[in-house]
Amino acid sequence: MFKWSCRVTKAIGILVALVALASCQSYVDTTHAPAVTVFAAASLQPPFDKIARQAKVDARFNYAGTQTLTAQLTQGAQADVFASADTAHMTTVQDAGLLAGPPKIFAHNRLEIAVEKGNPKGIHTLADLARPGLVVVLADPSVPAGKYSQQALAKANVTVHPASLEPQVTGVLSKVSLGEADAGIVYVSDIVTSGKVDGVEVPDDDNVVADYSIASLSRRSAADQFIAFVLSSQGQAILVNAGFEKA
Amino acid sequence: MSEARIPGPLLALAAAGLLLFLLPLAGLIVRAPWDQVGGALVAPETATALGLSLFCSLTATAVALVLGIPLALVLARTTGTLRRVLRALTTLPMVLPPVVGGVALLLAFGRRGLIGAPLHDAFGIQVPFTTAAAVIAETFVAMPFLVIAVEGGLRALDRRYEEAARALGASSWKVFLRVTLPLLRPAIFSGAVLCWARALGEFGATITFAGNLPGRTQTVPLAVYIALETRPQAAIVLSLILLAVSLAILIGLRDRWLGV
Repeated sequence: MFKWSCRVTKAIGILVALVALASCQSYVDTTHAPAVTVFAAASLQPPFDKIARQAKVDARFNYAGTQTLTAQLTQGAQADVFASADTAHMTTVQDAGLLAGPPKIFAHNRLEIAVEKGNPKGIHTLADLARPGLVVVLADPSVPAGKYSQQALAKANVTVHPASLEPQVTGVLSKVSLGEADAGIVYVSDIVTSGKVDGVEVPDDDNVVADYSIASLSRRSAADQFIAFVLSSQGQAILVNAGFEKA
Repeated sequence: MSEARIPGPLLALAAAGLLLFLLPLAGLIVRAPWDQVGGALVAPETATALGLSLFCSLTATAVALVLGIPLALVLARTTGTLRRVLRALTTLPMVLPPVVGGVALLLAFGRRGLIGAPLHDAFGIQVPFTTAAAVIAETFVAMPFLVIAVEGGLRALDRRYEEAARALGASSWKVFLRVTLPLLRPAIFSGAVLCWARALGEFGATITFAGNLPGRTQTVPLAVYIALETRPQAAIVLSLILLAVSLAILIGLRDRWLGV
Protein backbone atom coordinates (compact mmCIF):
# COMPACT_ATOMS: atom_id res chain seq x y z
CA MET A 1 0.00 0.00 0.00
CA PHE A 2 2.78 2.42 0.97
CA LYS A 3 4.82 1.58 -2.13
CA TRP A 4 1.78 2.17 -4.29
CA SER A 5 1.00 5.57 -2.81
CA CYS A 6 4.66 6.51 -3.25
CA ARG A 7 4.32 5.76 -6.92
CA VAL A 8 1.15 7.85 -7.15
CA THR A 9 2.90 10.81 -5.52
CA LYS A 10 5.79 10.40 -7.91
CA ALA A 11 3.44 10.25 -10.90
CA ILE A 12 1.66 13.42 -9.79
CA GLY A 13 5.04 15.10 -9.33
CA ILE A 14 6.12 14.17 -12.85
CA LEU A 15 2.80 15.41 -14.25
CA VAL A 16 3.15 18.78 -12.49
CA ALA A 17 6.72 19.09 -13.80
CA LEU A 18 5.49 18.36 -17.35
CA VAL A 19 2.80 21.01 -17.06
CA ALA A 20 5.36 23.51 -15.79
CA LEU A 21 7.60 22.64 -18.71
CA ALA A 22 4.76 22.99 -21.20
CA SER A 23 3.78 26.37 -19.83
CA CYS A 24 7.26 27.67 -20.72
CA GLN A 25 5.91 27.36 -24.26
CA SER A 26 3.60 29.96 -25.64
CA TYR A 27 0.25 28.45 -24.49
CA VAL A 28 0.09 30.00 -21.07
CA ASP A 29 2.43 32.88 -21.80
CA THR A 30 0.90 36.06 -20.48
CA THR A 31 3.99 37.94 -19.28
CA HIS A 32 4.87 39.52 -22.62
CA ALA A 33 2.27 39.49 -25.35
CA PRO A 34 3.67 40.92 -28.57
CA ALA A 35 1.17 38.97 -30.68
CA VAL A 36 -2.05 40.42 -32.02
CA THR A 37 -5.08 38.32 -31.20
CA VAL A 38 -7.36 38.17 -34.23
CA PHE A 39 -10.91 36.84 -34.00
CA ALA A 40 -11.84 35.99 -37.58
CA ALA A 41 -14.73 34.29 -39.38
CA ALA A 42 -13.94 30.65 -40.20
CA SER A 43 -14.04 31.30 -43.94
CA LEU A 44 -11.10 33.72 -43.61
CA GLN A 45 -8.58 31.15 -42.40
CA PRO A 46 -6.69 30.51 -45.67
CA PRO A 47 -6.08 34.16 -46.66
CA PHE A 48 -5.51 35.42 -43.10
CA ASP A 49 -2.86 32.79 -42.36
CA LYS A 50 -1.05 33.97 -45.50
CA ILE A 51 -1.52 37.65 -44.64
CA ALA A 52 0.00 37.16 -41.18
CA ARG A 53 3.06 35.50 -42.75
CA GLN A 54 3.55 38.21 -45.39
CA ALA A 55 2.86 41.14 -43.08
CA LYS A 56 5.34 39.63 -40.61
CA VAL A 57 2.84 40.26 -37.84
CA ASP A 58 2.92 37.84 -34.92
CA ALA A 59 -0.79 37.06 -34.99
CA ARG A 60 -2.77 34.53 -32.98
CA PHE A 61 -5.99 33.55 -34.67
CA ASN A 62 -9.27 32.38 -33.26
CA TYR A 63 -11.25 31.13 -36.27
CA ALA A 64 -14.89 30.25 -35.69
CA GLY A 65 -18.37 31.04 -36.95
CA THR A 66 -18.94 34.81 -36.77
CA GLN A 67 -21.86 34.28 -34.38
CA THR A 68 -19.60 32.30 -32.01
CA LEU A 69 -16.94 35.02 -32.07
CA THR A 70 -19.56 37.68 -31.40
CA ALA A 71 -20.84 35.75 -28.40
CA GLN A 72 -17.29 35.29 -27.08
CA LEU A 73 -16.48 39.00 -27.48
CA THR A 74 -19.65 40.24 -25.84
CA GLN A 75 -19.04 37.79 -22.97
CA GLY A 76 -15.70 39.47 -22.33
CA ALA A 77 -13.10 37.64 -24.46
CA GLN A 78 -9.98 39.75 -25.07
CA ALA A 79 -8.92 40.36 -28.67
CA ASP A 80 -7.21 43.05 -30.76
CA VAL A 81 -8.91 42.59 -34.12
CA PHE A 82 -12.36 41.33 -35.13
CA ALA A 83 -13.07 40.25 -38.72
CA SER A 84 -16.73 39.42 -39.28
CA ALA A 85 -18.42 37.66 -42.21
CA ASP A 86 -21.28 40.14 -42.13
CA THR A 87 -22.01 43.66 -40.92
CA ALA A 88 -24.82 42.69 -38.54
CA HIS A 89 -22.52 40.95 -36.04
CA MET A 90 -19.99 43.78 -36.33
CA THR A 91 -22.78 46.17 -35.36
CA THR A 92 -23.60 43.99 -32.33
CA VAL A 93 -19.98 44.21 -31.17
CA GLN A 94 -19.91 47.95 -31.90
CA ASP A 95 -23.13 48.52 -29.95
CA ALA A 96 -21.54 46.70 -27.01
CA GLY A 97 -18.93 49.48 -27.01
CA LEU A 98 -16.04 47.14 -27.77
CA LEU A 99 -14.56 48.75 -30.91
CA ALA A 100 -11.47 50.98 -30.73
CA GLY A 101 -11.82 52.19 -34.33
CA PRO A 102 -14.49 52.36 -37.03
CA PRO A 103 -15.29 49.08 -38.85
CA LYS A 104 -14.24 48.85 -42.50
CA ILE A 105 -15.52 46.59 -45.24
CA PHE A 106 -12.44 44.74 -46.51
CA ALA A 107 -13.80 42.01 -48.78
CA HIS A 108 -16.89 40.49 -50.32
CA ASN A 109 -17.84 36.89 -50.83
CA ARG A 110 -20.58 35.25 -52.87
CA LEU A 111 -22.51 32.06 -52.52
CA GLU A 112 -21.90 29.07 -54.72
CA ILE A 113 -23.34 25.56 -54.81
CA ALA A 114 -20.77 22.97 -53.77
CA VAL A 115 -21.17 19.64 -55.57
CA GLU A 116 -19.08 16.50 -55.84
CA LYS A 117 -16.18 16.60 -58.29
CA GLY A 118 -17.49 16.25 -61.84
CA ASN A 119 -21.03 17.17 -60.73
CA PRO A 120 -22.45 13.61 -61.13
CA LYS A 121 -25.98 14.69 -60.15
CA GLY A 122 -26.09 17.38 -62.84
CA ILE A 123 -26.91 20.31 -60.55
CA HIS A 124 -26.94 23.61 -62.45
CA THR A 125 -29.28 25.97 -60.60
CA LEU A 126 -30.62 26.65 -57.14
CA ALA A 127 -33.93 25.16 -58.31
CA ASP A 128 -32.18 21.82 -58.86
CA LEU A 129 -31.60 21.65 -55.10
CA ALA A 130 -35.31 21.07 -54.60
CA ARG A 131 -35.20 17.85 -56.65
CA PRO A 132 -36.58 14.91 -54.64
CA GLY A 133 -34.02 12.32 -53.60
CA LEU A 134 -31.19 14.82 -53.54
CA VAL A 135 -29.29 15.11 -50.24
CA VAL A 136 -28.74 18.82 -49.60
CA VAL A 137 -26.92 20.24 -46.59
CA LEU A 138 -27.10 23.91 -45.59
CA ALA A 139 -25.53 26.03 -42.89
CA ASP A 140 -27.80 26.76 -39.92
CA PRO A 141 -29.67 30.09 -40.24
CA SER A 142 -27.87 31.30 -37.09
CA VAL A 143 -24.61 31.30 -39.10
CA PRO A 144 -24.12 34.14 -41.64
CA ALA A 145 -23.66 31.63 -44.48
CA GLY A 146 -26.92 29.96 -43.50
CA LYS A 147 -28.75 33.29 -43.37
CA TYR A 148 -27.40 34.21 -46.83
CA SER A 149 -28.38 30.77 -48.18
CA GLN A 150 -31.94 31.29 -46.98
CA GLN A 151 -32.05 34.72 -48.64
CA ALA A 152 -30.73 33.33 -51.93
CA LEU A 153 -33.21 30.44 -51.93
CA ALA A 154 -36.03 32.86 -51.16
CA LYS A 155 -34.98 35.13 -54.03
CA ALA A 156 -34.92 32.16 -56.40
CA ASN A 157 -38.27 31.04 -54.97
CA VAL A 158 -36.95 27.57 -54.16
CA THR A 159 -37.93 25.44 -51.16
CA VAL A 160 -35.21 23.03 -50.10
CA HIS A 161 -35.60 20.27 -47.52
CA PRO A 162 -32.09 20.06 -46.09
CA ALA A 163 -30.79 16.84 -44.54
CA SER A 164 -28.83 18.83 -41.99
CA LEU A 165 -28.26 22.41 -40.83
CA GLU A 166 -24.57 22.59 -40.00
CA PRO A 167 -23.30 24.96 -37.32
CA GLN A 168 -20.37 26.00 -39.56
CA VAL A 169 -19.91 26.44 -43.31
CA THR A 170 -16.98 24.07 -43.07
CA GLY A 171 -19.43 21.37 -41.95
CA VAL A 172 -21.38 21.83 -45.19
CA LEU A 173 -18.19 21.60 -47.21
CA SER A 174 -16.95 18.44 -45.48
CA LYS A 175 -20.30 16.64 -45.87
CA VAL A 176 -20.15 17.33 -49.63
CA SER A 177 -16.47 16.43 -50.01
CA LEU A 178 -16.99 13.18 -48.06
CA GLY A 179 -19.77 12.28 -50.49
CA GLU A 180 -22.49 12.21 -47.82
CA ALA A 181 -24.34 15.16 -49.32
CA ASP A 182 -25.00 15.72 -53.03
CA ALA A 183 -24.91 19.49 -52.71
CA GLY A 184 -24.59 22.34 -50.25
CA ILE A 185 -24.49 26.11 -50.34
CA VAL A 186 -21.16 27.64 -49.31
CA TYR A 187 -19.00 30.67 -50.14
CA VAL A 188 -17.07 30.90 -53.41
CA SER A 189 -13.90 31.23 -51.31
CA ASP A 190 -14.63 27.89 -49.58
CA ILE A 191 -14.70 26.12 -52.94
CA VAL A 192 -11.58 27.88 -54.21
CA THR A 193 -9.53 26.93 -51.16
CA SER A 194 -10.99 23.45 -50.59
CA GLY A 195 -10.17 22.01 -54.01
CA LYS A 196 -12.11 18.84 -53.13
CA VAL A 197 -15.47 19.92 -54.53
CA ASP A 198 -16.73 21.62 -57.67
CA GLY A 199 -18.64 24.87 -57.64
CA VAL A 200 -21.85 25.70 -59.50
CA GLU A 201 -22.32 29.44 -59.90
CA VAL A 202 -25.39 31.13 -58.53
CA PRO A 203 -26.57 33.90 -60.90
CA ASP A 204 -26.22 37.48 -59.63
CA ASP A 205 -29.99 37.98 -59.47
CA ASP A 206 -30.33 35.25 -56.84
CA ASN A 207 -26.96 35.64 -55.17
CA VAL A 208 -26.27 37.40 -51.92
CA VAL A 209 -23.07 39.35 -51.45
CA ALA A 210 -21.52 38.91 -48.03
CA ASP A 211 -19.77 42.02 -46.73
CA TYR A 212 -16.74 41.21 -44.58
CA SER A 213 -16.01 43.85 -41.99
CA ILE A 214 -12.89 44.39 -39.88
CA ALA A 215 -12.22 46.60 -36.86
CA SER A 216 -9.68 47.00 -34.09
CA LEU A 217 -10.74 46.24 -30.54
CA SER A 218 -7.63 47.62 -28.83
CA ARG A 219 -5.47 50.68 -29.26
CA ARG A 220 -2.36 48.60 -29.90
CA SER A 221 -0.40 49.65 -32.97
CA ALA A 222 0.08 46.04 -34.08
CA ALA A 223 -3.69 45.74 -34.47
CA ASP A 224 -3.81 48.76 -36.78
CA GLN A 225 -0.79 47.40 -38.64
CA PHE A 226 -2.59 44.12 -39.30
CA ILE A 227 -5.76 45.87 -40.49
CA ALA A 228 -3.74 48.21 -42.72
CA PHE A 229 -2.10 45.21 -44.39
CA VAL A 230 -5.48 43.53 -44.98
CA LEU A 231 -6.67 46.71 -46.74
CA SER A 232 -3.42 47.20 -48.69
CA SER A 233 -3.09 46.10 -52.31
CA GLN A 234 -0.94 43.17 -51.17
CA GLY A 235 -3.55 42.02 -48.66
CA GLN A 236 -6.36 42.47 -51.16
CA ALA A 237 -4.46 40.38 -53.70
CA ILE A 238 -4.18 37.51 -51.21
CA LEU A 239 -7.92 37.73 -50.55
CA VAL A 240 -8.74 37.73 -54.28
CA ASN A 241 -6.48 34.70 -54.71
CA ALA A 242 -8.49 32.90 -52.05
CA GLY A 243 -11.75 33.51 -53.90
CA PHE A 244 -12.89 36.71 -52.20
CA GLU A 245 -13.77 39.94 -54.01
CA LYS A 246 -11.99 43.24 -53.41
CA ALA A 247 -13.64 45.71 -51.09
CA MET B 1 -10.75 4.49 9.18
CA SER B 2 -10.79 7.80 11.05
CA GLU B 3 -12.35 10.54 8.98
CA ALA B 4 -11.05 13.39 11.09
CA ARG B 5 -7.38 12.93 10.15
CA ILE B 6 -7.37 14.33 6.63
CA PRO B 7 -4.38 16.72 6.32
CA GLY B 8 -5.26 20.39 5.83
CA PRO B 9 -3.64 20.87 2.40
CA LEU B 10 -5.57 17.90 1.04
CA LEU B 11 -8.82 19.36 2.36
CA ALA B 12 -8.02 22.65 0.62
CA LEU B 13 -7.34 20.82 -2.66
CA ALA B 14 -10.56 18.84 -2.26
CA ALA B 15 -12.46 22.08 -1.75
CA ALA B 16 -10.90 23.55 -4.91
CA GLY B 17 -11.91 20.44 -6.84
CA LEU B 18 -15.45 20.69 -5.55
CA LEU B 19 -15.61 24.38 -6.49
CA LEU B 20 -14.66 23.51 -10.05
CA PHE B 21 -17.82 21.38 -10.21
CA LEU B 22 -20.03 23.77 -8.30
CA LEU B 23 -19.20 27.15 -9.85
CA PRO B 24 -20.43 26.36 -13.40
CA LEU B 25 -23.62 24.92 -11.92
CA ALA B 26 -24.05 28.05 -9.83
CA GLY B 27 -23.46 30.20 -12.93
CA LEU B 28 -26.14 28.30 -14.80
CA ILE B 29 -28.64 28.60 -11.97
CA VAL B 30 -27.92 32.25 -11.13
CA ARG B 31 -27.98 33.44 -14.76
CA ALA B 32 -31.02 31.40 -15.74
CA PRO B 33 -33.97 33.47 -16.96
CA TRP B 34 -36.35 31.89 -14.44
CA ASP B 35 -39.33 33.93 -15.61
CA GLN B 36 -38.92 32.45 -19.09
CA VAL B 37 -38.44 28.82 -18.08
CA GLY B 38 -42.13 27.97 -18.35
CA GLY B 39 -42.46 29.54 -21.79
CA ALA B 40 -39.30 27.93 -23.11
CA LEU B 41 -40.36 24.55 -21.76
CA VAL B 42 -43.52 24.47 -23.84
CA ALA B 43 -41.90 26.07 -26.90
CA PRO B 44 -42.20 23.64 -29.81
CA GLU B 45 -38.43 23.60 -30.48
CA THR B 46 -37.69 22.59 -26.89
CA ALA B 47 -40.35 19.89 -26.84
CA THR B 48 -39.14 18.51 -30.18
CA ALA B 49 -35.51 18.36 -29.08
CA LEU B 50 -36.42 16.90 -25.69
CA GLY B 51 -38.68 14.24 -27.20
CA LEU B 52 -36.05 13.28 -29.75
CA SER B 53 -33.37 13.15 -27.07
CA LEU B 54 -35.48 10.83 -24.91
CA PHE B 55 -36.30 8.58 -27.84
CA CYS B 56 -32.71 8.34 -29.09
CA SER B 57 -31.10 7.85 -25.70
CA LEU B 58 -33.62 5.20 -24.60
CA THR B 59 -33.30 3.35 -27.91
CA ALA B 60 -29.51 3.52 -27.65
CA THR B 61 -29.72 2.08 -24.13
CA ALA B 62 -31.98 -0.74 -25.34
CA VAL B 63 -29.56 -1.58 -28.16
CA ALA B 64 -26.67 -1.40 -25.71
CA LEU B 65 -28.46 -3.86 -23.40
CA VAL B 66 -29.11 -6.34 -26.20
CA LEU B 67 -25.56 -6.18 -27.58
CA GLY B 68 -23.64 -5.16 -24.47
CA ILE B 69 -24.65 -7.89 -22.01
CA PRO B 70 -23.48 -10.71 -24.32
CA LEU B 71 -20.30 -8.75 -25.01
CA ALA B 72 -19.67 -8.36 -21.27
CA LEU B 73 -20.25 -12.11 -20.86
CA VAL B 74 -17.65 -12.89 -23.53
CA LEU B 75 -15.23 -10.39 -21.96
CA ALA B 76 -15.65 -11.83 -18.48
CA ARG B 77 -15.27 -15.44 -19.61
CA THR B 78 -12.22 -15.11 -21.86
CA THR B 79 -8.62 -14.85 -20.72
CA GLY B 80 -5.20 -13.83 -21.99
CA THR B 81 -4.42 -11.77 -25.06
CA LEU B 82 -7.86 -12.17 -26.58
CA ARG B 83 -9.43 -10.65 -23.50
CA ARG B 84 -6.99 -7.72 -23.48
CA VAL B 85 -7.69 -7.00 -27.15
CA LEU B 86 -11.46 -7.24 -26.68
CA ARG B 87 -11.32 -5.02 -23.63
CA ALA B 88 -9.24 -2.38 -25.42
CA LEU B 89 -11.68 -2.39 -28.34
CA THR B 90 -14.65 -2.05 -26.01
CA THR B 91 -13.23 0.84 -24.03
CA LEU B 92 -11.89 2.67 -27.09
CA PRO B 93 -15.04 4.80 -27.55
CA MET B 94 -14.69 5.97 -23.93
CA VAL B 95 -11.30 7.57 -24.56
CA LEU B 96 -11.79 8.56 -28.19
CA PRO B 97 -12.84 12.20 -28.74
CA PRO B 98 -16.50 11.89 -29.77
CA VAL B 99 -15.94 13.95 -32.93
CA VAL B 100 -13.33 11.40 -34.02
CA GLY B 101 -15.88 8.69 -33.30
CA GLY B 102 -18.33 10.55 -35.54
CA VAL B 103 -15.82 10.71 -38.39
CA ALA B 104 -15.07 7.00 -37.95
CA LEU B 105 -18.79 6.22 -38.07
CA LEU B 106 -19.08 8.25 -41.30
CA LEU B 107 -16.23 6.25 -42.84
CA ALA B 108 -17.99 3.01 -41.87
CA PHE B 109 -21.68 3.73 -42.38
CA GLY B 110 -21.56 6.74 -44.73
CA ARG B 111 -22.53 6.58 -48.39
CA ARG B 112 -18.87 5.91 -49.26
CA GLY B 113 -18.22 3.90 -46.10
CA LEU B 114 -17.12 0.30 -45.65
CA ILE B 115 -20.65 -0.95 -44.96
CA GLY B 116 -22.52 2.16 -46.00
CA ALA B 117 -21.45 1.96 -49.65
CA PRO B 118 -22.83 -1.56 -50.36
CA LEU B 119 -25.91 -0.70 -48.29
CA HIS B 120 -26.51 2.39 -50.39
CA ASP B 121 -25.84 0.67 -53.72
CA ALA B 122 -28.01 -2.35 -52.97
CA PHE B 123 -30.95 -0.84 -51.10
CA GLY B 124 -30.57 2.92 -51.53
CA ILE B 125 -30.24 3.28 -47.77
CA GLN B 126 -28.30 6.27 -46.46
CA VAL B 127 -27.62 6.13 -42.73
CA PRO B 128 -26.17 9.61 -41.99
CA PHE B 129 -28.69 12.43 -41.39
CA THR B 130 -31.29 9.96 -40.06
CA THR B 131 -32.58 9.44 -36.53
CA ALA B 132 -31.05 5.95 -36.77
CA ALA B 133 -27.66 7.63 -37.21
CA ALA B 134 -28.20 9.61 -34.00
CA VAL B 135 -29.05 6.35 -32.19
CA ILE B 136 -25.96 4.62 -33.63
CA ALA B 137 -23.73 7.52 -32.57
CA GLU B 138 -25.15 7.47 -29.03
CA THR B 139 -24.84 3.68 -28.77
CA PHE B 140 -21.25 3.82 -30.00
CA VAL B 141 -20.26 6.31 -27.34
CA ALA B 142 -22.39 5.02 -24.45
CA MET B 143 -22.34 1.21 -24.69
CA PRO B 144 -18.85 0.83 -23.13
CA PHE B 145 -20.25 2.16 -19.84
CA LEU B 146 -22.77 -0.67 -19.75
CA VAL B 147 -20.29 -3.33 -20.83
CA ILE B 148 -17.75 -2.33 -18.18
CA ALA B 149 -20.38 -2.27 -15.42
CA VAL B 150 -21.83 -5.67 -16.38
CA GLU B 151 -18.39 -7.20 -16.78
CA GLY B 152 -17.52 -6.02 -13.27
CA GLY B 153 -20.74 -7.61 -12.00
CA LEU B 154 -19.91 -10.88 -13.74
CA ARG B 155 -16.43 -11.03 -12.22
CA ALA B 156 -17.87 -10.53 -8.75
CA LEU B 157 -20.47 -13.23 -9.37
CA ASP B 158 -20.29 -16.48 -7.44
CA ARG B 159 -19.96 -19.03 -10.25
CA ARG B 160 -21.15 -21.85 -7.99
CA TYR B 161 -24.79 -20.87 -8.54
CA GLU B 162 -24.35 -21.41 -12.27
CA GLU B 163 -22.44 -24.64 -11.72
CA ALA B 164 -25.17 -25.94 -9.43
CA ALA B 165 -27.85 -25.13 -12.01
CA ARG B 166 -25.84 -26.86 -14.73
CA ALA B 167 -25.28 -29.88 -12.51
CA LEU B 168 -29.02 -30.09 -12.06
CA GLY B 169 -29.38 -30.41 -15.83
CA ALA B 170 -30.17 -26.88 -16.98
CA SER B 171 -29.01 -25.95 -20.51
CA SER B 172 -26.44 -23.16 -20.80
CA TRP B 173 -29.12 -20.90 -22.27
CA LYS B 174 -31.43 -21.60 -19.34
CA VAL B 175 -28.62 -21.00 -16.83
CA PHE B 176 -27.98 -17.62 -18.44
CA LEU B 177 -31.66 -16.62 -18.36
CA ARG B 178 -32.65 -18.01 -14.97
CA VAL B 179 -29.46 -17.70 -12.91
CA THR B 180 -26.86 -15.34 -14.40
CA LEU B 181 -29.20 -12.53 -15.51
CA PRO B 182 -31.13 -12.25 -12.22
CA LEU B 183 -27.88 -12.22 -10.23
CA LEU B 184 -26.56 -9.48 -12.50
CA ARG B 185 -29.59 -7.24 -12.05
CA PRO B 186 -27.89 -4.52 -9.97
CA ALA B 187 -24.89 -4.29 -12.32
CA ILE B 188 -27.11 -4.22 -15.39
CA PHE B 189 -29.28 -1.53 -13.82
CA SER B 190 -26.46 0.80 -12.86
CA GLY B 191 -24.68 0.16 -16.17
CA ALA B 192 -27.84 0.94 -18.12
CA VAL B 193 -28.38 4.19 -16.22
CA LEU B 194 -24.79 5.32 -16.80
CA CYS B 195 -25.12 4.37 -20.46
CA TRP B 196 -28.39 6.26 -20.77
CA ALA B 197 -26.97 9.38 -19.11
CA ARG B 198 -23.97 9.33 -21.45
CA ALA B 199 -26.24 8.85 -24.47
CA LEU B 200 -28.46 11.73 -23.36
CA GLY B 201 -25.50 14.10 -23.24
CA GLU B 202 -23.89 12.93 -26.49
CA PHE B 203 -22.88 15.77 -28.80
CA GLY B 204 -19.71 15.36 -30.87
CA ALA B 205 -20.34 12.04 -32.56
CA THR B 206 -23.98 12.91 -33.21
CA ILE B 207 -23.37 16.26 -34.90
CA THR B 208 -20.55 14.80 -37.00
CA PHE B 209 -22.27 11.60 -38.06
CA ALA B 210 -25.99 12.44 -37.96
CA GLY B 211 -25.90 16.16 -38.70
CA ASN B 212 -28.23 18.71 -37.18
CA LEU B 213 -31.88 18.85 -38.20
CA PRO B 214 -34.67 19.76 -35.77
CA GLY B 215 -37.05 16.86 -35.26
CA ARG B 216 -34.77 14.30 -36.89
CA THR B 217 -31.25 14.49 -35.46
CA GLN B 218 -31.18 17.65 -33.33
CA THR B 219 -31.05 16.30 -29.77
CA VAL B 220 -30.99 18.59 -26.72
CA PRO B 221 -27.18 19.04 -26.59
CA LEU B 222 -27.17 20.04 -30.28
CA ALA B 223 -30.08 22.40 -29.71
CA VAL B 224 -28.19 23.98 -26.80
CA TYR B 225 -25.13 24.51 -29.00
CA ILE B 226 -27.14 26.07 -31.85
CA ALA B 227 -29.26 28.21 -29.53
CA LEU B 228 -26.31 29.45 -27.48
CA GLU B 229 -25.40 32.07 -30.05
CA THR B 230 -28.77 33.27 -31.26
CA ARG B 231 -31.10 32.52 -28.34
CA PRO B 232 -28.86 32.26 -25.26
CA GLN B 233 -31.85 32.26 -22.91
CA ALA B 234 -33.28 29.17 -24.59
CA ALA B 235 -29.86 27.51 -24.37
CA ILE B 236 -29.71 28.13 -20.63
CA VAL B 237 -33.21 26.74 -20.13
CA LEU B 238 -32.36 23.60 -22.13
CA SER B 239 -29.15 23.19 -20.12
CA LEU B 240 -31.19 23.47 -16.91
CA ILE B 241 -33.48 20.69 -18.13
CA LEU B 242 -30.50 18.41 -18.79
CA LEU B 243 -29.08 19.33 -15.38
CA ALA B 244 -32.38 18.48 -13.68
CA VAL B 245 -32.54 15.13 -15.47
CA SER B 246 -28.96 14.27 -14.45
CA LEU B 247 -29.64 15.26 -10.84
CA ALA B 248 -32.80 13.17 -10.80
CA ILE B 249 -30.79 10.17 -12.02
CA LEU B 250 -28.17 10.62 -9.31
CA ILE B 251 -30.70 11.09 -6.52
CA GLY B 252 -32.82 8.21 -7.70
CA LEU B 253 -29.77 5.98 -7.82
CA ARG B 254 -27.94 6.85 -4.65
CA ASP B 255 -29.07 3.71 -2.82
CA ARG B 256 -28.47 1.51 -5.82
CA TRP B 257 -25.08 3.04 -6.27
CA LEU B 258 -23.99 2.17 -2.79
CA GLY B 259 -25.61 -1.22 -3.06
CA VAL B 260 -23.70 -2.26 -6.18
